[in-house]
Amino acid sequence: MKFADEFRDADLARSLGARITAEAGAKHWKIMEVCGGHTHTIFKYGIEDLLPSNVELVHGPGCPVCVIPMGRLDDGIALARDHDVIFTCFGDLMRVPGSDGSLLDAKAAGADVRMVYSPLDSLKIARENPDKQVVFYAIGFETTAPSTALTLLRARAEGLRNFFVFCNHVTIIPPMKAILDSPDLRLDGFLGPGHVSTVVGVRPYEFVTRTYGKPVVVVGFEPLDILQGVHMVIRQVLEGRCEVENQYTRVVHDDGNPKALEVLAKVFKLRPHFEWRGLGFISQSALELNDDFADFDAERVFTVPGIRVADPKSCQCGEVLKGVLKPWECKVFGTACTPETPIGTCMVSSEGACAAYYNFGRFSRARDRERVLTKGEAEPVAVTPIAVRAG
Amino acid sequence: MTEAPRPGSGAAVKAAALRIADPEQRVLERIAEIRKRKPLLRETAITMSHGAGGKASHTLTGAVFASILDNPVLAEMGDQAVLAVPGLEGARIAITTDSFVVSPLFFAGGDIGELAINGTVNDLAVGGAAPLAVSAAFILEEGLEIELLRRVVTSMRRAADAAGISVVTGDTKVVPRGKADQLFITTTGVGLVAVPGRLGIGRIVAGDAVLLSGAMGDHGATVMLARGDVDLEADALRSDTMALHGLTGAMLDSGVDVHFMRDATRGGVATVLNEIAQQAGLAVAIDEDALPVHDEVRGVAEILGIDPLYIANEGKLVALVAGGDARHALEVMRSRPEGREAEIIGEVRPEPEGMVFIRTGFGGTRVVDMLIGDPLPRIC
Repeated sequence: MKFADEFRDADLARSLGARITAEAGAKHWKIMEVCGGHTHTIFKYGIEDLLPSNVELVHGPGCPVCVIPMGRLDDGIALARDHDVIFTCFGDLMRVPGSDGSLLDAKAAGADVRMVYSPLDSLKIARENPDKQVVFYAIGFETTAPSTALTLLRARAEGLRNFFVFCNHVTIIPPMKAILDSPDLRLDGFLGPGHVSTVVGVRPYEFVTRTYGKPVVVVGFEPLDILQGVHMVIRQVLEGRCEVENQYTRVVHDDGNPKALEVLAKVFKLRPHFEWRGLGFISQSALELNDDFADFDAERVFTVPGIRVADPKSCQCGEVLKGVLKPWECKVFGTACTPETPIGTCMVSSEGACAAYYNFGRFSRARDRERVLTKGEAEPVAVTPIAVRAG
Repeated sequence: MTEAPRPGSGAAVKAAALRIADPEQRVLERIAEIRKRKPLLRETAITMSHGAGGKASHTLTGAVFASILDNPVLAEMGDQAVLAVPGLEGARIAITTDSFVVSPLFFAGGDIGELAINGTVNDLAVGGAAPLAVSAAFILEEGLEIELLRRVVTSMRRAADAAGISVVTGDTKVVPRGKADQLFITTTGVGLVAVPGRLGIGRIVAGDAVLLSGAMGDHGATVMLARGDVDLEADALRSDTMALHGLTGAMLDSGVDVHFMRDATRGGVATVLNEIAQQAGLAVAIDEDALPVHDEVRGVAEILGIDPLYIANEGKLVALVAGGDARHALEVMRSRPEGREAEIIGEVRPEPEGMVFIRTGFGGTRVVDMLIGDPLPRIC
């Protein structure tokens, strides 16, 4: 664990936080982290506590679970329920509510739904159950798409006839563009997705700087990576630069991973359009299997209802994703839309901006935080390690 | 404590004005109200989440069992019920019951038989009860090898001997092949509470220190790897299953003012702390750097993206003691083998009511919610 600990050093974090505070000045900054993995790190380590209140992180559309539209989820549930298949998916998808229950509910009702950690696990299940049809519900950006592609190549090489992929892979650039095209955009820059960039490299983001004049810094997933990324965005703006910078050089090469890109090209093609929760239909924003792999394509082999469930009109996820509205400013926030009964993408995953605000908002307000971070009157603070540090 | 401002008083007018001026505050207050309401059971069928010990389990328990079987003892929602027995002066009887459906039956550091004894002993112990005896009921699947049953029961015997109790009565049922998975055990334990009223949620006050008796997640991580769901190996990983009545007895005898104890099983330490915060109407603050976790568990958790705070234990307890007694309590815990790796992990704060938060080693803070869903099915 030594490797990771280096990137979690609290002293370095504090001094970086202080530098950001000094350089950010009085301007109100809005910086979007595109990737759900970054959002997770931000919450897990409480990174917002280290930033001044005028540096705001806007949680972007890069949570693969959150962006799956309800219709695609309903299709998956129908597939699991109606076709006597072994349905496999990543664990975090199982709880996401469709229009009539989740995959967990389908499982409770008798469907064979299994959690896997990798598409290769699904392949293994297919190998071990030759008399059953096994479906893998593939989700994720360019980060996870290569592993699905490799699994399909292996399935073909092994001659497996009972393994299928329900493909919901999406690509990162189109939703970024959709957000940038919004007339009411109020972002100062982007923290680019580190893992996606290991595959696609940093060049695909050049249009953000060239066409839209917003800086991009590709960052890693440790807390210090994120703080450094924020600092680099602010520096660019202050120095009048607008570039794609790579903070995550220990992993990301400018040209990405040519082998992974080659595999993607072999197995997938772009869909003409794909629906995103909260953002609507975005053209050429998702992948489907090439005709070569039609026999493995669950959408072509099985009849799925092809359900389209429109985002409720009242839902303002798009505005929240664009940083135009704060979660609490949405019309349905906290009334019709709660973590138990989410309407929009931002409430679905615990990492979504609205769910995070719903759960932690009261606490994250500075005056409440003050009360718990500083010494209270009633506490015998001297005895605990926390108090020693907080005091 | 200040009283709510009287309607029409200056303070009330000021508070109302603040709300109008601050729409965000209005939204936050509404959420706080909603959170206080009893959670609604929305599902129409049982899902695995209902057995995971987290939010869904609590919702089910509240909406079905507590509301239908409703009585004052059950309403306390303890791991054990403490009953007055006519004729028994002063002392009280504690009773608890627990079912064990772990898969696989055998894993590094223990097996289902050992869990079935230790789990029930611990539910008594954390209520301040000295265990007296245990009963055991078995549901056996047709075809189960008797040699395997013998191994499990032998291990129950060993655990019972170690805990100084006996299995004094029992029951056996057999179900057709496929109607159960090998073997399920239910144990019921009876214990004696010598000094009633010493422990209880109601005794917790702001300023109490929160102690954890040892490293988190050993059991859950071990079982998860033993199931082979994930292709990881960690040779040093062992379930922590053990009886804790020696530890609780030592703490209660030490003169430490113990206010409350609970063993952190399903849902992990995070869930226990949330139960405490919610039932006591107080806040719990913990420090990430103070939380004991073995390197193997930390590694497994890191790779799988699971927080050790939510991973199950079978031999760890959370104790809340008077703040001034924290150091003494720690010494007492560490002097016992069960508490060798004990730590003071945090303290109770007056607010925000019902919340648990953690100060990260990185210098930030985050809220620690109850376990939602089910990361590790059937671990006990």
